[in-house]
Amino acid sequence: MDKIIIESLSLQYSDGTESLRDISLGIREKAVTVLFGPAGGGKSSLLRCLNRLNDLTEVQTVSGRILLDGENILDPKTDTITLRRKVGMVFARPVVLPFSIRGNLVYGLEVMGEKRRSRLDEAVERSLRQAALWDEVKDRLDDPAVALSGGQQQRLCLARSLALEPEVILLDEPTSGLDPISTGKVEASLLELKKQYTIILVPHSVQQAARTADFAAFFLQGELIEYGDGKELFTNPQDQRTEEYITGRFG
Amino acid sequence: MLRKTFQNEIQQVKDEIVALSGMVEKATLDSVEALKKRDIEAARQIVETDKRINEKRFALEEQVMILIATQQPMAHDLRLLASLLEIISELERMGDYAKGIGIINIRMGDQPLLKPLIDLPRMAAKGTDMLHRAVQAFIHEDAETARLIPTEDDEVDALYDQIYRELITYIMADPKNIERANWLLWAAHNLERLGDRVTNICERTIFIVEGRLKEIDA
Repeated sequence: MDKIIIESLSLQYSDGTESLRDISLGIREKAVTVLFGPAGGGKSSLLRCLNRLNDLTEVQTVSGRILLDGENILDPKTDTITLRRKVGMVFARPVVLPFSIRGNLVYGLEVMGEKRRSRLDEAVERSLRQAALWDEVKDRLDDPAVALSGGQQQRLCLARSLALEPEVILLDEPTSGLDPISTGKVEASLLELKKQYTIILVPHSVQQAARTADFAAFFLQGELIEYGDGKELFTNPQDQRTEEYITGRFG
Repeated sequence: MLRKTFQNEIQQVKDEIVALSGMVEKATLDSVEALKKRDIEAARQIVETDKRINEKRFALEEQVMILIATQQPMAHDLRLLASLLEIISELERMGDYAKGIGIINIRMGDQPLLKPLIDLPRMAAKGTDMLHRAVQAFIHEDAETARLIPTEDDEVDALYDQIYRELITYIMADPKNIERANWLLWAAHNLERLGDRVTNICERTIFIVEGRLKEIDA
């Protein structure tokens, strides 16, 4: 079943550049959907539309609809705070808050009014386990988060969004700054997380796209060129432009 | 630049495949010729040649594995490299068939042939001609030709049936012929299998071009 249905989405920035042109796409529930393609293709713009982060950028026009569980999230009446709780995001560079490890994880819940220690503790352990970080930090939850390694910080960011129990997780090149071992850990946790969450990933390489994608969408200059089953798309793409991109002939 | 190097390396492997196929074709024709002439020294050389075919097979396999590891190919490139591995091993097995015919020749010792060889050289000529064209179709990614070649395998199979029936006649006429008839039947069987493996190569060519793995019902 599709968790998100994107219908004829177009987006233009204030400087006149068109970032997305008439995109229609269904994002399957509890699966990893990968958005990939050369820089400037529109994949990050699309990702930011999915939790309305584009509201904060210089967007001139957005048209079309994005239905999350049937509700159009582009509707001005949409409560973006609630939306962003449902649709969490992890960025390319880990942004840890200047608190302890634990402080990072409970911050969102406390802002939302959760004060019960037991609930907060439960969320800390659950989210750290889901992000495959628990074993590495369980004995030092009160240490400053900035003391963690880059790979650990990134998994902490993933755990932080999981602590809020979102339904959809957006990841924008979450492993671009990580070594292969940390990358492997993040990818492994995605495999586990997709059993529960709908995951949309902008990967940092075609290889990562191929490794992780249940479904894959190839974007080029604001257009959706090809969308389909991940294994099929990376072994036998139907569009010549996809073929040329994934075999490294351009991009 | 990297991509250009990759393409050059693929071309190099393809050139080596043509060379390996050439060795197999020659070994096959030579093995039948040596059997026809009962030339045991020539048969020994074919057994030696097979060692070189095996060495080349491992070297090529390694080259392809390195390309897979370093280039992490996708789509067409992935299908090509996976197919190269398959075809390398098909060629190696065909080399074994030629060696097998050489060994039959050696084991026959000083026994004369049961009958002069006529259809066996025809099978070898037809099979190696098909192999040659199948490898060319593979190199040039010519799916159309690859689809046509396996239909010619009927000719090889018909020759095999003919040899089989003829040898059975010899056996029925005199059971003392069993051993010498068997030697020739094994040789014919090896050539029949070579034809089947040519079809496998053609299937890979179609896979590279069209992305579908499908058995050709020749």
